[in-house]
Formats: sequence, structure tokens, C-alpha cells
Amino acid sequence: MSKLITENHFSDADAFYAALTDAHRELSTVDSERLNARLILLLANHIGDKQVLLEALDIAAQLEQ
Amino acid sequence: MQKTYSNPIYPYRKSADQEAQRPVHHPVIIIGAGPCGMAAALDLAKQGQASVILDDNNTVSVGSRAICFSKRTLEIMDRYGCAQPMVEKGVTWQKGKVFFKQEQVYEFDLLPESGHKLPAFINLQQYYFEEYMVNQIAKEPLIDLRWMHKLVELDSSAEGNQLKVETEDGVYALSCDYLLVADGANSKIRTELGLESKGQVFQDRFLIADVVMKADFPTERWFWFDPEFHPNQSVLLHKQADDVWRIDFQLGWDADPEEEKQEAKIRPRIEAMLGKDVEFELEWASVYTFQCRKMDDFIHNRVIFMGDAAHQVSPFGARGANGGVQSVENLAWKLARVLKGQAPATLIDSYNEERQHGAAENILNSTRATDFITPKNDISRAFRDETLRLAKHYPFARSLVNSGRLSMPCDYQHSSLITKSSALNTGFDAGIAPGFVCLDAPIGINGEDGWLLEQLGNRFVLLYNGEGIDNDELKTLSSISDDLVLLDSRELEDKEGMLAERYCMSGGQGYLIRPDQYVAAKFEQLSREQINSALQRALGYQSAQENP
Repeated sequence: MSKLITENHFSDADAFYAALTDAHRELSTVDSERLNARLILLLANHIGDKQVLLEALDIAAQLEQ
Repeated sequence: MQKTYSNPIYPYRKSADQEAQRPVHHPVIIIGAGPCGMAAALDLAKQGQASVILDDNNTVSVGSRAICFSKRTLEIMDRYGCAQPMVEKGVTWQKGKVFFKQEQVYEFDLLPESGHKLPAFINLQQYYFEEYMVNQIAKEPLIDLRWMHKLVELDSSAEGNQLKVETEDGVYALSCDYLLVADGANSKIRTELGLESKGQVFQDRFLIADVVMKADFPTERWFWFDPEFHPNQSVLLHKQADDVWRIDFQLGWDADPEEEKQEAKIRPRIEAMLGKDVEFELEWASVYTFQCRKMDDFIHNRVIFMGDAAHQVSPFGARGANGGVQSVENLAWKLARVLKGQAPATLIDSYNEERQHGAAENILNSTRATDFITPKNDISRAFRDETLRLAKHYPFARSLVNSGRLSMPCDYQHSSLITKSSALNTGFDAGIAPGFVCLDAPIGINGEDGWLLEQLGNRFVLLYNGEGIDNDELKTLSSISDDLVLLDSRELEDKEGMLAERYCMSGGQGYLIRPDQYVAAKFEQLSREQINSALQRALGYQSAQENP
């Protein structure tokens, strides 16, 4: 059974999206990659649950979708 | 180069077998007197089984190679009678530091759990480890260790093996029921039998430099990722006995191994690391590449592969020698019982079943460490570097830093030899689960201080709490098998309460413990029928049946 939440779960979706793109705005591609890596690691630890993480990875890897 | 250690020379001795008119037959012949070959002979001797070891050399390991031995390996060595000199000579450590570029990222303390006879890890040069095993073998009348006897021809069939052995006095013939092969990662016997060890070759080279220095470094494991003194690579510093320090430099695939082995090339690397004012002498150096691979089946006819010949890992996590010795102890008790007619020949197949699982776990762990240490592409490197940066400030990221997950014994909970608690409908879930290795505990026995693990091993043991069990029941239990010893926990003084804490037995409950100190089954209420059935299963009589 799926555990990953794929319905809207944000308290403020627009604010998050703006903060995410703002954080990257001034960065080179290399630094953006670094920021993304840090963000993924921090969020992954916060989620913790292996099944949720693997489901998210699985969807993320479906690049053609 | 070597100054702190001179290799003992074990002379060639002519065996009476060389004078025999017909090939002399031995139940077990072992090829290779390394850690695994010698462990096999020692373990078999503990089970009352004689063996012959053939080795084509006349000394222990030249240069150190394996250095880190885990508690489980030391517990096995203790059962053989040779852990004490290893622990005395070895360096016990528990602290480590991780560095990234010029900064320390974090430090750790393995904080060993109390109540174990043996330490979590020791660092000891492989030559000492082997020398103490040779010394122990000299005390074992059941072991015939033949140096400078080289196997040159093997004819293996389903019935047994015919061998030709070369010595300075010429070639002689032998035969054996079982041939145990521990002739190393590049096993000649494996190749000659047309068998393969399959897996991954890593495109990387490492320099091992063992140096003697009196410098005042603490006894800690230091690991650098991408340090300024050796950019884009990793470096490990670890202390061994005799003030010998192991320094392991990652060199990359393009390094020239012959050139990198030269002292003139090594010295500047170490000076860059330690500073020009630190005095050191180079003891031994080697450049190596590694593979993570194993054979699909460790058994071919009656030839059984062990150690690096059967399964090989990268050095990160100290899983080569440790995993090898743990494979050997899995095999020895089974082979001894098959040879004595106490178990079906198919019991040996469970060595392959259980140790394929152990080898896969070791390969998985060492591959993961290798991938962290040597990122395979730019994005992997970005994740690795950011993990290290985060680890300096945020504890969660330290759990991702992987410079080797140190060897722990694997479990056999899904093995066909193990009676699962669900099969017995037992509610006795506390303590150690079936398929897991027993834990030590400080005890008193017959008025003397001792350790629980000293009471287990070499035969089956029923460890139980005898409260409420009457003498008639006990008589029934003790007649189950000559290979089963009964041990009432009430006869053991639980000196620090660890026996109760780790085994959690109340009156009438008990564990069936295998000769390799693994739990085969546990019982809510001791019953002859259940114990006998679990024992039969552990001996491979019921392995064809479903194990729910």
C-alpha cells in the first residue's frame, strides 16, 4: 500500500515554491546542485520512513512521466 | 623494510605419508595455512575431527594485510584457545575521527557495551594473528600442518578427492573425503576446476603504507575525505601493535603500482600528511586493487571453498578476514558431524545456504562504503560532499557518512536449519531470536569467574531455566542426544544481571544453541518432542520440509 502523500499537503504551496526558486535564483548550476543535494538529504532524514522515500524516488525517476 | 617483525620460518618436514606404498587417506585435507585454513583445522579439532593442512610456503603473512579483527572473530578464536595473545598484543580502539578537506567533521566513540569478555575490535597485524594460530595448532594433536607441501594436482569426484602433493623430496599422493580450499582471492584450485568468483572489480588503486612512528597520535581511526595533503582521494590512518601505523592512500585508477610502491614516492606523501618534522620509518608497502565478488556455489563435489577463495570484499569495514573466519566456523561443526555419521551429508549444503547470505551481506556493505568513498559521477560526489558538510553541524548526516560499516556477525533467521518461533507458537519473544548469535555475559560457575560463551560451542547446548522442572523431565531431556549438553542457568551466577537481561528466561524456558553459538530454536516450555525436532532440523534432517 502506498504511503507517500501525493495529494496537496502544503500549508502554503505558493510560498514554498517561491522560496525554493528564490534560493536558486543567484546560483550557478554547480551550486544549485549542491543546494538540491543538501535539501534532499535534510528532507529525507525528516521523512525517515524508507517506504515513503523509495516511493518518492520511484516517481521522481520516471522522467518521461 | 620490515623491522618490528621478522617472519618465523616453519621448516619443511617429511611426512610418513610420503613413504607409504599407496596414497594415504585423510577425511579432511585443507589447502592454505592462512587465517581461514587454520581456523578450519582448529574448529574441526574442537569437534574431535582430525585434519591435514598443506601450505606451499613456510611462514605467516608477509606484510600485514588484514588489521582489524571484530569481537565475533575474537570469540571464535577464544573457542579455539588463541584469543588471549591476540587481545594482549592487539590495539583496542573505540574512537574515530572523520575529516573533510582540512576540517574535522565529527568524531565518534563506539562505546562498547559492557559485559563481554572480548573487545568490540582490535587492530593487529595479520602476521601476529596467524602466528598465534600456528602456536595453537602446535598444541592440537588432531592437526597435521605441513609447510612446503604444495598441491599440484587434484582429481575431484562426487565420492572424494585424489591429490598429488609436491615437496623438496618429490611428489606424493593423498586422498581425502573432503578438501577444504582456502588458497586466497586468486585461488588456483578454483581456476583449475573451471569455477568462477563473480562480481565487481573497482577501478581504483590503493597504497597501503605501514609506518613505524613514535609520534603522539591517539589510538583512533582517522579517515579523511578529499584532504588538502592528498586532494580528491581518501586517506585512512589506524594504529596497529608495535607503534606501526597503517596508512591507506587512495590513488585512483591511473596510478602506476610499481612506481607508487617506491619509498621515494611514498615518503613525500606521508610527509605531506604528518608534517616534515614527524619521524617515521616505512615498514611495509603494497599497492592493491580490489573486487567484491563471490562464487555462486561454495561447494563443488567434495571440494569446499572458504575465505577469499569463496568470497572477496573491499577492505572497507574489515569484512575479509572476519567474514572468512565466520564462514569457517559455520562449516566446521557441520562437516565434523557428517563425517561422524551424526548428520546427513546434505547438512554441508547449508554451509553454502547460510554463508551465501553472509557473503552477500558483507559484499553489500563493503560495496556501499566503496561507493561513498569513491563517488561514481558528479552528482554522487555532490551528495557525498554535502553529506560531509552537513555532518559537521547536523548529527543526522553522520549516519550517512560511510567509510566502512564495521563487521558484525550476520544472522541466519531465514535458514532452513533454524526453527522459527512462529513454528512453535511460542510467546517467548524476549531475548535472542532464533538464527542470531549468542551474546556473552559475565558469570560465575563452580565458584569461579567466567563467561557464558565459554560454556557454549563445540556441541549443542540446551540453555534453560530449570525452575519448576522435575528430575524425571530432566532425565528425558538429557537423553535426547549425546551431542546435546544441558545447562541450567540457575547453576550460573549471574554476576551483573546480564544473563537475565540478554536471555530473559523464566522457569521452563530455554534455548537450543548450535555448536557455532547460534540460537537454533527457543522454547516457551521445554518439551522433549520440540527440542528433538529442532535438533533434527538443525542437523539438516528436516531441511526439505517447509519452515513456516
